[in-house]
Amino acid sequence: MQELIHRAKSLLESGEVSRVLGWKKGENVFDVEPAFFATAEELENFVYNGFCGANLSKYMIEASTWEGKTLVFLKPCDTYSFNQLCKEHRIDREKAYIIGVGCKGKLKAEKLGAENILDVQGAGYPDCSDTLKVTTLYGEQEVAYKDAMLERCHVCKGKEHQVYDELIGESVDTCDADRFAEVAKIEAMSPEEKFAFFQAELSKCIRCNACRNVCPACSCRKCIFDSTKFDSNQKANTTSFEEKMFHIIRAFHVAGRCTDCGECSRVCPQGIPLHLFNRKFIKDINNLYGEYQAGVDIDAKAPLTSFRTDDAEPGVGRG
Amino acid sequence: MQKIGVFVCHCGSNIAATVDVKKVVEMAAKEQGVFHAEDYPYMCSEAGQSRIAAAVKEKGLTGIVVCSCSPRMHEATFRKAAERAGINPYMVEIANIREHCSWIHKDMTEATEKAVILMRAAVAKVHLNAPLMAGESRVTKRALVIGGGIAGIQTAIDIADAGYKVDIVEKTPSIGGRMSQLDKTFPTLDCSACILTPKMVEAASHENITIHTWSEVEKVSGFVGNFTVDIRKKARYVNMDKCTGCGVCQEKCPSKKPLNEFNRGLNTRTAIYTPFAQAIPNVPVIDANSCIKLKTGKCGICEKFCQVGAIDYTQKDEIITEQYGAIVVATGFDTIKLDKYGEYAYNESKDVITSLELERIMNAAGPTKGHLERLSDGKAPKEIVFIQCVGSRCSDDRGKPYCSKICCMYTAKHAMLIRDKYPDTNVTVFYIDVRTPGKNFDEFYRRAVEDYGVHYIKGQVGKVMPQADGSLLVQGVDLLDNKQILKKADMVVLATAIEPNPDVRKIATMLTASIDTNNFLTEAHPKLRPVESPTAGVFLSGVCQGPKDIPETVAQAGAAAVKVIGLLAKDKLKTNPCTAKSDELLCNGCSQCANVCPYGAITYEEKLINDHGIRRTSRVAVVNGALCQGCGACTVTCPSGAMDLQGFSNRQILAEVDAICR
Amino acid sequence: MPVNNENWKPTIVAFCCNWCSYAGADLAGSSRLAYPADVKIIKVPCSCRVNPMFILRAFEKGADGVILCGCHPGDCHYSTGNYYARRRMTLLFSMLDYLGIEEGRTRVEWVSAAEGVKFSETMNSFVEKVRTLGPSVRLGDLRCKN
Repeated sequence: MQELIHRAKSLLESGEVSRVLGWKKGENVFDVEPAFFATAEELENFVYNGFCGANLSKYMIEASTWEGKTLVFLKPCDTYSFNQLCKEHRIDREKAYIIGVGCKGKLKAEKLGAENILDVQGAGYPDCSDTLKVTTLYGEQEVAYKDAMLERCHVCKGKEHQVYDELIGESVDTCDADRFAEVAKIEAMSPEEKFAFFQAELSKCIRCNACRNVCPACSCRKCIFDSTKFDSNQKANTTSFEEKMFHIIRAFHVAGRCTDCGECSRVCPQGIPLHLFNRKFIKDINNLYGEYQAGVDIDAKAPLTSFRTDDAEPGVGRG
Repeated sequence: MQKIGVFVCHCGSNIAATVDVKKVVEMAAKEQGVFHAEDYPYMCSEAGQSRIAAAVKEKGLTGIVVCSCSPRMHEATFRKAAERAGINPYMVEIANIREHCSWIHKDMTEATEKAVILMRAAVAKVHLNAPLMAGESRVTKRALVIGGGIAGIQTAIDIADAGYKVDIVEKTPSIGGRMSQLDKTFPTLDCSACILTPKMVEAASHENITIHTWSEVEKVSGFVGNFTVDIRKKARYVNMDKCTGCGVCQEKCPSKKPLNEFNRGLNTRTAIYTPFAQAIPNVPVIDANSCIKLKTGKCGICEKFCQVGAIDYTQKDEIITEQYGAIVVATGFDTIKLDKYGEYAYNESKDVITSLELERIMNAAGPTKGHLERLSDGKAPKEIVFIQCVGSRCSDDRGKPYCSKICCMYTAKHAMLIRDKYPDTNVTVFYIDVRTPGKNFDEFYRRAVEDYGVHYIKGQVGKVMPQADGSLLVQGVDLLDNKQILKKADMVVLATAIEPNPDVRKIATMLTASIDTNNFLTEAHPKLRPVESPTAGVFLSGVCQGPKDIPETVAQAGAAAVKVIGLLAKDKLKTNPCTAKSDELLCNGCSQCANVCPYGAITYEEKLINDHGIRRTSRVAVVNGALCQGCGACTVTCPSGAMDLQGFSNRQILAEVDAICR
Repeated sequence: MPVNNENWKPTIVAFCCNWCSYAGADLAGSSRLAYPADVKIIKVPCSCRVNPMFILRAFEKGADGVILCGCHPGDCHYSTGNYYARRRMTLLFSMLDYLGIEEGRTRVEWVSAAEGVKFSETMNSFVEKVRTLGPSVRLGDLRCKN
């Protein structure tokens, strides 16, 4: 972390970058939040630890409109989102100085709670160790690192950064699960079970919009749900429609663009596994139209803006 | 807030017999924003249209819903009526309560309920309609005619005479088409070549006509007034500028095995050949599949004998790209394959032939130099049986469901010509019906029967059996006498069904022109726009649209030419205003819409945007209204809803959905 | 949820492209090829104009089945529109299956302007299928919060 701060300070000092986009300490060790740092003093609050799951790519949209370059720290998986936003002309690559930071999997505070580790004050991850040492009010506790990881880290896309100007720190490929196993499990259910599953999950939704706000693909200047473009004269219509169909429509809007960064599920205060929607589309796209990972190749044709004349017919494969 | 008028048409009894039009009017009057509702027996009539105008004036209407037939039928009529009444034509919506309602439902309650819902959907849409102004696009004053038969030639000459440039693309080595293969033509019995050749010469020598033979259309893009077409000029291996058409190469060519397509494969030709003596251009082509030099590298005899050095074995296919304002399809027909008609023994006996083959046999330039003889043994046939409707009017999938239209007449012609030239030859015709509607047609047929003693038997032939002595035994039925017939014949002629040239499907796809289940091109309207394709700027000439004889083909060719001339005479065309439009405030500039646009109509600009007082420079999509054809692919790709389609906006369609589902 | 009520009539929305399927429906009409009055057609320029939102909206408003008809692949008036529509609908339908929505409620059928018979047969079989499924409940509100 000190190396990152040191490097950020020198880039600021030299004037090569005008600001730094990173993570800021919060009240608790796990309350890390994205922040811009304009000065060396402000960087004293910079933090990089296991709780820095937040994907900073989306903030580069706004930063791209500002004068000067922004130093941005990106974990390997964040770089997919960065690339995708470049592809969509939302981010100006020239406005970013990217330091690819090492990542060994990010943590989910709730998972510590589930392991009965409470009142966390600090968490360390000694090199070459699979054990997470957690400092709590009640002393030090240990937990297998994997047990505290975010879901998305179990299906890690790899330790390579897709785009960067320099790299600091080492990364680990933490993948230890089949990315599509959860989707396949649901697919194997009966329609009644499927419906019951999603009904149970989605009825938890409080429409706080956290998923939409954090999603790098949900970066429209104005979300259709906030504009009048799909009204039919009666706002009441739209409201109930939005209420009921929000998640399907959101998933469709990001289909072929979603990098599967998992931020939606990470931030959902209700713990809804929202990534299951996006990953279903990714699985279908891979199966039907060939492997496609958004954010790898800026020039690749996206699956929903291209076609083959012998594509599968809708509904083919239904019972 | 719109002031909407709803006009419910009875369409005589077409609608009113199944839909309670008074009820629809009553329900319409209850709809929000409907200030006027009435019904009338024929809304599309002059009187009906003036009622619309009167209501607009009296009630100050801003939008109109007509509940009537399909918008494909009269949307344009009512839009014009609205315009005359002082309303923007795009403030009109049609509720299709005829084709989609009264004609398919029997129960009046059900049909009326549905008509009311369709009316409501249209009213809901009109609420959100906005006046649209048509844009303009330029017209390239040049036409393309695909196919160089009599249809294509006539269309080209008529267009060229009006002063416009025309290109003919013909895939065979010469123009002339099927007509050049005919011997005589009904009902006047004049020689086909004698009337066709002058037309061919006229086309070839016309200053406004360019002929590309041995060429095929490869790719078509663009739209009415602005088509871009790639034409593949196949390698001829003969330099067209140098060749004098002396014909020595054909005399000397040692490769004499390929079947002569022009003579329907009844004899052979050389590898270097002109299909027939009057061919235009009179320049041979080398058939690369049978040329010894091109296949093995050895030979080169034609090159040696050509005094002007016109032979060029190194020629390659060449693609030329041309711009056209209009395209005429004149791809003609072929006879169907008879593989599925084993009962007629066509593949077994050389003496069972198609009518088109007989045409070649009767022709002086044909395989028998015009002598009527059996192809098996060269003997003169004494008994000839003609079988009608082979593959036409067929209810199973072996043949075609339609009447090929020309067979009755050409069979009468053949029968008459044979009886005239060979009076000792008996001619029998098996027919289902004899159809002779046409000027002097029935008289012609009666002459064959009454003056020439052609024996017509109403009934079908079940089987043709080749006999050991070389004759053919025809087993048929006489329906009038109700008896089985067994007849010995020396020759059997099959009136084989005609079908559109198989290439037409490929061409229709390139042109995005509709095609029916029989591969005939579809007219924009079967009665009122018979020479236009529904695809703007594409016109139909000849048999590609449906079976027809020479006079009809020439008439249609002229009609197609007139439509083309009418189009090319315009400097600018009004473009469809139902185009996509991007809301700059919402556009992300993400480029997804441009990726799906088939017309390249979307570009991006860095624009200074005033977003509710905040000024920013942003990359935004800009739609070229002249290029956009209004498909709407972009609108669904756009995640923010910035891209919308005028006339079919998101809100309009959702309003229709809501009205139907409410 | 199959219902025994013989009188229940489904609400069916059919999106038809202007060039092929709407004309095919017209042909069904002029050929007097009957299909149930439950089907209400919305004309769109091309199948690619149909936003998945329209389909979801129809279900939310009470539709029991939604069918999209367009030109046959390769015959699109705009050359490529139905190819995009095909991918979109393939994914959407797969998602609806995934959510446990009864699969018979959505369908895509390519109907040319000449296929009046096919249009009528398609509508008959689609309505029949939806009738056996009964009223659509699940897609009315996927979350069923109320």
